[in-house]
Amino acid sequence: MKFVKFFVTGIFFGIVMTKSEAISWFRIQEMFRFESFHMYGIIGTAVIVGALVKLSIKKLRGKTIKGDLISFKDKDMSIPRYLFGGIIFGLGWAMTGACPGPMFTLLGHGAWAILIVIGSATIGTYFYGALRNRLPH
Amino acid sequence: MLSNTSHNDNKSSMNFIEFISQPWHWSISGLALVSIMTLLLWFGGEFGVSSNLRTFCAIGGAGNTHSFFDFNWKKQIWNLVFIGGAIIGGFIAVSYLPSSDPVQISDSTQIYLESVGINAPATIAEGRGYLPTEIFGSTNLFSFRSFVFLIAGGFLVGFGSRYAGGCTSGHAINGLSSLQIPSLIAVVGFFIGGLLMSWIILPKLLIL
Repeated sequence: MKFVKFFVTGIFFGIVMTKSEAISWFRIQEMFRFESFHMYGIIGTAVIVGALVKLSIKKLRGKTIKGDLISFKDKDMSIPRYLFGGIIFGLGWAMTGACPGPMFTLLGHGAWAILIVIGSATIGTYFYGALRNRLPH
Repeated sequence: MLSNTSHNDNKSSMNFIEFISQPWHWSISGLALVSIMTLLLWFGGEFGVSSNLRTFCAIGGAGNTHSFFDFNWKKQIWNLVFIGGAIIGGFIAVSYLPSSDPVQISDSTQIYLESVGINAPATIAEGRGYLPTEIFGSTNLFSFRSFVFLIAGGFLVGFGSRYAGGCTSGHAINGLSSLQIPSLIAVVGFFIGGLLMSWIILPKLLIL
């Protein structure tokens, strides 16, 4: 039962991803070509309003449904890890036009080709796990 | 009188479905993402989709050979349930709330893509109006070009998101709104890679 709320939130996420058109390969090309404000508007709104919501949660000592204090962990500082990892991710994002969230949503559209992308993304994750000790972090 | 009222009610409920079936304005979509991120925090989770790929590897037994996958993945079941919901949400959105027109991208993007052999869908029958059939369509799936786009592209997304410690949801939305400098570096990286691909590499790959 405790998973139902995550399932329902996931359904809403799939609908939002579809109706916002953020799952469209075309929207991602348009974004990287700076030919529309659409994607910047979505991410910008989410970041600015999200930051205000999180600051309020911190100020008001917001709690989870279980009564624990909602905590925000700072990410470990490093440059190579985020920069190199980010560049590799960006190369793939512009190719497939789909980051992980949209991949699963597109599967629900019956775009079966995306299964190949999910499969190779899982293999990519595995290779990172196997090689991580040799990569600069 | 009474039948008239119920008729009107019917009409307004029809209009509501039609209303939300239109493509959503970016501000509405952005606010919806904030509500999802906040709900996940309230439920004791955290917004970030690419971690699920690591969980897939752990379930597959990768933890036996690589310590990176040796973690208690059962604590991540909520996130698997979340993406399971996203699949169903995608299905509901295209089946019951379809837009009447395919994605309307800017003319300049459309003209550019046509010049490299990718046509924007003319109807929602093609790739549901969201995807180029030249790459994702079943008839083109076994072409060399599709092979490169899907396999290499997917691999880079999976490798890069774990190396960077997150993807668009984890860094660009969740991380930036938590004012994390590492996420800003990652997003700068996303754009260096994305711009390199879409302006320099993609035009060459598309004419393969």
